[in-house]
Amino acid sequence: MEALLNILKELHPEVDFETCDTLIDDKILDSFDIISIITSVNTEYDVAIPAEEIIPENFNSAEALYDLIERLQDED
Amino acid sequence: MQQTNVLEYLERTAPRVPDKLAYANENMGLTFSEVYRDARAIGSFLSRRGHYREPVVVFMQKHPKMVVSFYGVIYSGCYYVPIDEEMPKHRIELIFQNLNPKAIICDDVTKEMVKEFHYQGEIYLYEEMTAEPADDEKLAEIRRNALDVDPIYIVFTSGSTGVPKGVVACHRSVIDYIDNLADVLEFDENSIFGNQTPLYFDACLKELYSTMKFGGTTYLIPKNLFMFPVKLVEFLNEYKINTVCWVVSALTMISAFKAFDKVKPQYLHTIAFGSEVFPIKQFNIWREALPDAKFVNLYGPTEGTGMCCYYKVDREFALDETIPIGQPFHNTEILLLDENNKPAKPGGPGEICIRGTSVTLGYYHNPEKTRESFVQNPLNDAYPEIIYRTGDLAKYNERGELCFLSRKDYQIKHMGHRIELGEIEVVVNMKDGIKSACCIFDDDKKKIVLYYVGEVSPADMVRYLKEKLPRYMIPNSMEVLETMPLTPNGKINRVLLKQNYMNKKEK
Repeated sequence: MEALLNILKELHPEVDFETCDTLIDDKILDSFDIISIITSVNTEYDVAIPAEEIIPENFNSAEALYDLIERLQDED
Repeated sequence: MQQTNVLEYLERTAPRVPDKLAYANENMGLTFSEVYRDARAIGSFLSRRGHYREPVVVFMQKHPKMVVSFYGVIYSGCYYVPIDEEMPKHRIELIFQNLNPKAIICDDVTKEMVKEFHYQGEIYLYEEMTAEPADDEKLAEIRRNALDVDPIYIVFTSGSTGVPKGVVACHRSVIDYIDNLADVLEFDENSIFGNQTPLYFDACLKELYSTMKFGGTTYLIPKNLFMFPVKLVEFLNEYKINTVCWVVSALTMISAFKAFDKVKPQYLHTIAFGSEVFPIKQFNIWREALPDAKFVNLYGPTEGTGMCCYYKVDREFALDETIPIGQPFHNTEILLLDENNKPAKPGGPGEICIRGTSVTLGYYHNPEKTRESFVQNPLNDAYPEIIYRTGDLAKYNERGELCFLSRKDYQIKHMGHRIELGEIEVVVNMKDGIKSACCIFDDDKKKIVLYYVGEVSPADMVRYLKEKLPRYMIPNSMEVLETMPLTPNGKINRVLLKQNYMNKKEK
């Protein structure tokens, strides 16, 4: 989880990712951020997030994103 | 008689297909007869209140009614200035200082935001404007006195001194552009456009005016979908969208995340792209997914009214090649000039300079900046002739196609937006406690990287920048330095900063 928080902090040092659960709804993340996050997650956790998982629900909070990463790791 | 006013497109199309959907989003749509009626009502409303030959700001959320407001402003003999509702207050106020507008058209949300500005003029709501009847006689009189060189819009673009520049374009340039673009891309009344680009740039001319000319349909795609590739393609299919003119980053979002494995666009047959280099690996994924579609690369600065060059992709490209920008549209000439203002040697690099009707009128209330780039054609000393110097360097390849090389200055393209790194630096330097600042651009990862010296945390810096700059200009990463590296002349050593950055990245 810490590595993920670092990835997010690098993009948005002004956001509290441990509590924020409206990253998409409140337009905090934009399309550039999504691309960067997916690329960094791929490098850091060695999981490729498939297109059908790139949906608002999975990116609204760091926790949701972390759950997704764990789920994808288990599937491997 | 030759067309001299963009509204003639609407006046020919509305009686022909009155009940066809013209502009729509996922919730609602307006037919051509509704567009015609509302635009004329808005034009009459503005005229009744004395607005004529002046800028009228359109400050609305992206919506079909925003498009109709543009046309309404043109009916009144004024010119529209679209403003992004997400733009920070500071930047909007800079634009207002330049324009000194007397009227703003708002919706229910933005009218509350305008109250926060230093603005003394009138605020009009779309609904109140369209509730008044059209004054046919007055509109006819305005039309009789209109010329094709009269302005129809001003759009603002990044300025290196920290102040955005307002590019003024006229009827004749837009008609010339739309007619020639439509020829190349083969638009017709069956064209169903999926608009991606914001309405506050000239990029949206392609869909808006082509729809008006042919009686096609434009869907404004919700911005949010450009983060979610599968949903985006599903949207294209749901509305049977067959034509898109998008920035490259919107297209690669779909291909890079393998959305085509899940769902393919079923109706899409024309894909125009531009503003950035299309990585060939991504481009090939698109071509493989849509082997029968037409792909066209477009190039052009706002100052040249939309786009001025095109290349229809007609061959395979190796991974290390770039797709050419091709050739100018009919009735536009590209001059490639070297540093001595002479034509570049065959195959040699030169600055792209635009000659023709597509050259816009200049920057609004900004004679200095206008004189710098809208200049007398150096190849013509016989009579006045203005060309626009783009600052883009290009060369011809062995096939005679124009190929983009680089910028002469620190202007960059980031997610399809044109940004002067200098404008970001000016804003950073304005903050208390900042001693020095420099931005570089990572061309590969497409990241804006900010370096600064001063007692400000990165988190505070981002918060501050968000108040001053549009979202797309906020640096994607930043680093606080002890001291700024300098050149022997005492200027910031950008080359060294970039070298250090690249070295660090490789590790």
